[in-house]
Amino acid sequence: MEVSKELILNALWETLYMVSISLFFGSIIGIFLGILLVVTRKGHIYENRFIFSIVNPIVNIFRSIPFIILLVAIIPFTRLMVGTSIGTTAAIVPLVLHIGPYISRLVENSLLEVDEGIIEAAKAMGATPIQIIFRFLMPEAFASLILSITTATIGLVGATAMAGAIGGGGLGDVAITYGYQRFSTITIFVTVLILVIVVQGVQSLGNIFERKIRRV
Amino acid sequence: MIEFRRVSKVFDGGEKKVEALKEINITVEKGDIFGVIGFSGAGKSTLIRTVNLLEYPTSGEVIVEGKDLAKMSEKDLREAKKNIGMIFQHFNLLNSKTVFDNVAMPLLLGKKKKKEIEERVNEILRFVGLEDKAMNYPNQLSGGQKQRVGIARALATNPSILLCDEATSALDPQTTKAILNLLKRINEEYKITILIITHEMEVIKEICNRVAVMEDGSVIESGNVIDIFARPRTETTRNFIRSVVRDEVPSSVYGLLNEDAYFSRIFKIDFLGLSSGQPIVSKTAKRFNVEINVLFGNITELQGIPFGNLIVEIIGNEDEIDRALQFIKNQNVKVKEVTKDGSKQRAHFKRLVGNAVHG
Repeated sequence: MEVSKELILNALWETLYMVSISLFFGSIIGIFLGILLVVTRKGHIYENRFIFSIVNPIVNIFRSIPFIILLVAIIPFTRLMVGTSIGTTAAIVPLVLHIGPYISRLVENSLLEVDEGIIEAAKAMGATPIQIIFRFLMPEAFASLILSITTATIGLVGATAMAGAIGGGGLGDVAITYGYQRFSTITIFVTVLILVIVVQGVQSLGNIFERKIRRV
Repeated sequence: MIEFRRVSKVFDGGEKKVEALKEINITVEKGDIFGVIGFSGAGKSTLIRTVNLLEYPTSGEVIVEGKDLAKMSEKDLREAKKNIGMIFQHFNLLNSKTVFDNVAMPLLLGKKKKKEIEERVNEILRFVGLEDKAMNYPNQLSGGQKQRVGIARALATNPSILLCDEATSALDPQTTKAILNLLKRINEEYKITILIITHEMEVIKEICNRVAVMEDGSVIESGNVIDIFARPRTETTRNFIRSVVRDEVPSSVYGLLNEDAYFSRIFKIDFLGLSSGQPIVSKTAKRFNVEINVLFGNITELQGIPFGNLIVEIIGNEDEIDRALQFIKNQNVKVKEVTKDGSKQRAHFKRLVGNAVHG
């Protein structure tokens, strides 16, 4: 059977919707936790063993749960958050919980790349810890953060393919239900092609921004 | 003024404790360009970091302009740091910001008004000679220019003290000279006290008026640069001085020591101060019936005072050589005869005594 154009477009829209909303909230959580992971570590500006030793394993736990498991494991929590456990919106909750900790690790890496001399200079100037984070660390890591977010976005595109398991829809779902289960090779081909284009687009966009920021 | 009073610092690396500073006592007077020299690992980096508390001393006090920063509240400390500028070996500039924004940063942190910031940044960029680079980014600048930005940033808040952490170590010799000249101008025009740490004696020689030599966490020697250069008391200091003023006799000179030393003797004359080399040589040659041949020389200037040595060959008959030698000695310089035997330089008085008896 043939898959209609509307069906594909609708699925594309669902994918973009899931990716963008969960990227937005995931980034907020991820950047916050990433900063926390950096500044509370030993010898850093807000050294705090207690906070670090709580945040670090929590991030690890979420990073180690396969997304398909996370999707179904937190259904009660999802219902609590958005009032339903089925559908595109419901898929956003596990997507955020999946991508947030992932972004936090990427942010952590980006911030740790900033030369320690910059922090030393900031301290010598009498900068407050908040000023060190937002006026020194973040601007210096910005280009690297853009690439991190790009990587996370592409990871999200992949994760949304599993959202079909809880009725989230999207291109991945179409590929499985129409392409795989109904033996429509053309459907698989078209959806994969669209996914490739989306990923390429996101990566190119990320690279352009990053290069613009680094001025190369 | 910066006073280090019995400052010690121990880094506690678990099982291994490292004593980076051992009871340091130094006073940097207002208006000084004070140099701290030492090999890497001597503790000088730690020392300079105790001034603005990038490192807290384990014991002892660092008094900056009469105040012990370690006893201040966080807020007062941040305020006090605006009076202490600092520049770094690797400049530590923000690569994501323009030269202008880098220099403006300390003022921005102090929540100064935009107009005020603009005026101050332009003024200070003019002073360091980078007014045309305001809108450039650090990675578009040379090492010397980057350090000028670092200096401009350190001076933005009008500090009374400037800390220089190996500020010229990453620069080539020519750029080093230019940066040192700039530091000297800062000291003279803005009356800023400068504390420099370095492993290059060149830096001390060029601009410092006082120096401390550090080794293994301790200050092994300190005082006026001229005194230290003239009378170094430790081997480490002597080695540092040798790096800028060669004082060994080159082997080619030994080659000239021939058998008929009767008519020709070789001397090393050490100078410090007004009795600079050339007048002595020409005066002696005029006054006595000897020829003086300058074989080797190394004379430099310390704060406008000539310092160094000349190796000369005096040719003539024995009596005339002795008289000439006595004349040179009376000019208040140190003279040593260069001889071939193991001691390399035998004190000439032996020969003198012999000759005196002879004569």
